[in-house]
Amino acid sequence: MSECHGSPAGVASLDPRDDASGVRPHVIAIVGPPNSGKSTLFNRLTGLRQKVANFPGVTVEQHTGRARVEADREVMLVDLPGVYSLEARSEDERVTRDVLYGEMPGVPRPDAVLLILDCTNLGRHLILAAPILSLRLPTLVILNMADDLAARGGKVDVPLLAAQLGAPVALISAFTGEGVDRVFQYIQGTAAGRIKVKAPLMELPVLQDIPKCRTWAARVGEKAHYHAPAPPVWTRRLDSVFLHPLFGPLIFLVVVVAVFQTIFSGARPIMDGLQIAIQSAGAWFGSLLPTGLVKSLLIDGVWSGVGSVVVFLPQILLLFLFIGILEDSGYLARAALIADRTMRRFGLQGKSFIPLLSAYACAVPAIMATRTIENKRDRIATIMIAPFMTCSARLPVYTLIIAAFIRERPVLGPFLGSQSAALLSLYVLGFLAAVMTARVLKSSVLKSGQEPFMLEMPPYRWPTLTSLGLRLVDRSLIFLKRAGTVILVVAVVLWCLANVPYHNGHPPKIEDSVAGMIGHGIEPLIAPLGFNWKIGIGLISSLAAREVIIGTLGTIYGMEGTSQSVGLQQALHSELSLGGAVALLVFFAFAMQCMSTMAVVRRETGGLKWPIIQFSYMTALAWGGGFLAYHIIRAMSAGSFLQALFRL
Amino acid sequence: MQLSFRKPVARLSRSLEDLHPGEEGVLDRLDLPKDVARRLMELGFLPGHRISRAMAAPGGDPRVFRVDGSEIALRRETAARLRLRDQSAPAAADTAGVSLSA
Repeated sequence: MSECHGSPAGVASLDPRDDASGVRPHVIAIVGPPNSGKSTLFNRLTGLRQKVANFPGVTVEQHTGRARVEADREVMLVDLPGVYSLEARSEDERVTRDVLYGEMPGVPRPDAVLLILDCTNLGRHLILAAPILSLRLPTLVILNMADDLAARGGKVDVPLLAAQLGAPVALISAFTGEGVDRVFQYIQGTAAGRIKVKAPLMELPVLQDIPKCRTWAARVGEKAHYHAPAPPVWTRRLDSVFLHPLFGPLIFLVVVVAVFQTIFSGARPIMDGLQIAIQSAGAWFGSLLPTGLVKSLLIDGVWSGVGSVVVFLPQILLLFLFIGILEDSGYLARAALIADRTMRRFGLQGKSFIPLLSAYACAVPAIMATRTIENKRDRIATIMIAPFMTCSARLPVYTLIIAAFIRERPVLGPFLGSQSAALLSLYVLGFLAAVMTARVLKSSVLKSGQEPFMLEMPPYRWPTLTSLGLRLVDRSLIFLKRAGTVILVVAVVLWCLANVPYHNGHPPKIEDSVAGMIGHGIEPLIAPLGFNWKIGIGLISSLAAREVIIGTLGTIYGMEGTSQSVGLQQALHSELSLGGAVALLVFFAFAMQCMSTMAVVRRETGGLKWPIIQFSYMTALAWGGGFLAYHIIRAMSAGSFLQALFRL
Repeated sequence: MQLSFRKPVARLSRSLEDLHPGEEGVLDRLDLPKDVARRLMELGFLPGHRISRAMAAPGGDPRVFRVDGSEIALRRETAARLRLRDQSAPAAADTAGVSLSA
């Protein structure tokens, strides 16, 4: 960030109204096609003084930030979604169009525009200049990737281009920071009201006609003595390896295994360490407080609730570090290309692959990672099926029940025991549910329509530490704020349910608490699955997070913590039949028992609609699956398999 | 003009799908709904532009095409809808203008 001229620190509120001077701040929009380096420039201009939210009513993310232009003057920058034109077909395009026309509620019409174009591909990118210049807003045309242009022997005459377009032009490299001071000067100029809009020398084309726009762009380029650079040699060389018929898939596999291993096992020690740290901090903090209601609420409710969220952070950071490197380097597009054929069988596309893979660790970062999928329907479909992947929070539950109910005996000789086979089949079950759901969704409500798969292959680049770092900070803050607040509320509510009503100044036994009453209350609902009210309490508490059921059952059976695993297994044995146990496993494979996931889905889909659909669907599937499993197993143990079929 | 008995029926024009790796063709038209065609045109698939076939995913689908200075991957089903100009026909005037970066 050292190259950022005139950008001292200082975080200020991004709300346009509470500017210290009481004056509405200057608003500048950053517009550009995808892959033009828009976000890199935005990060350079604003650094950490940015805020991420969704545009009202849509799933499109709104990045706003502040850049300080003079000692006491700041401008507000809005990073608009990458678009090729201002036709309002996709949600991204509609948002960009609406903001630029001043029709987006809550976002003031920009006072100026920074149009950023990739100058190694100026002919195509200049097409966007036509609709932007026709807005007649003060516009700075930024030619990004100047370093690339020079290295590959291309050139452009900046003053000539500025004359043709009737707008100032800056040749910069957002990557190296070269020329960014010119952008700051421009922002200063507009903030001081010194910029006048001139008409372009070259008359603008009819905006709806793309071939005409392209011809216009070509002519503008010619007049500005634009010479396109030579093809990117290194990108071609790397592609001949990464997309090699044999080595390509091999490298892809290595990358996939590395990502999976890192978030699945690599994050484990850090998460365990963090968990211990949170617990001991809680214990230490608890020792300072007098025993009683407040202490219990703070430690068992608030602290452990927040802790259960924070513990996911290492996984999220590692996953986003990986995705950041893959995306910024350009490999993610190649991985999507390789995965596309397989994903298409499920009605999805190549870009869904990495998010779904990460969902085996945790659905929360996986759903946040679906941002790389531009197609909104494919993105929602991926979000909807991600929680079916067997996440690491299901593992302790599976392990406990399998160990309690399934006797270890060889299934495939020495290679596969019955317990491992059971675990494996639960992974398969989740995967199948995901695939079926994807197929159903993609052939009905989320049909992609006519939008075909199109994927731009950007040239390979070195990822920068700044960009990776900003992304990590950005994603972790979003996660902590959004998931954290929801989890906090849920944790407090659940704590209340388990601790109310008080008896003679003492918290009730869990079966006498409100949670216990609810457990009893829902017993008729879950009895067809072979569950009693104790399991019911466990299911309710596991709404916060799946693995919580173990602690709750431990409490119900009067065992401290989860260390008494063997004792808990025996207790479960007396509580559940084999059918009930299998039903519980199936229930956990399908049910959406994770508030963090729901909170993230709500954020990423921009409303309550999808999380509610998802929750209802998964719960219904879990109940149905559990019901089937319970009755099949019961019938099987009562008589022959045929009988079982008849009885159903 | 040449008479050929080997192709008695008017041969269907070739499409992007028929391009071999490294081969180049000139786009004639996009047999796709208007919105989709527009989207592809924004990416550089404009009638009159030269397009060449680059790498592909294993199994040959999707395929990467070099067009207007960038590389875009399309599935075969989409590539088959982008028809090429018949190379033996006299070069038609480039209606869409000369590409800057071709």
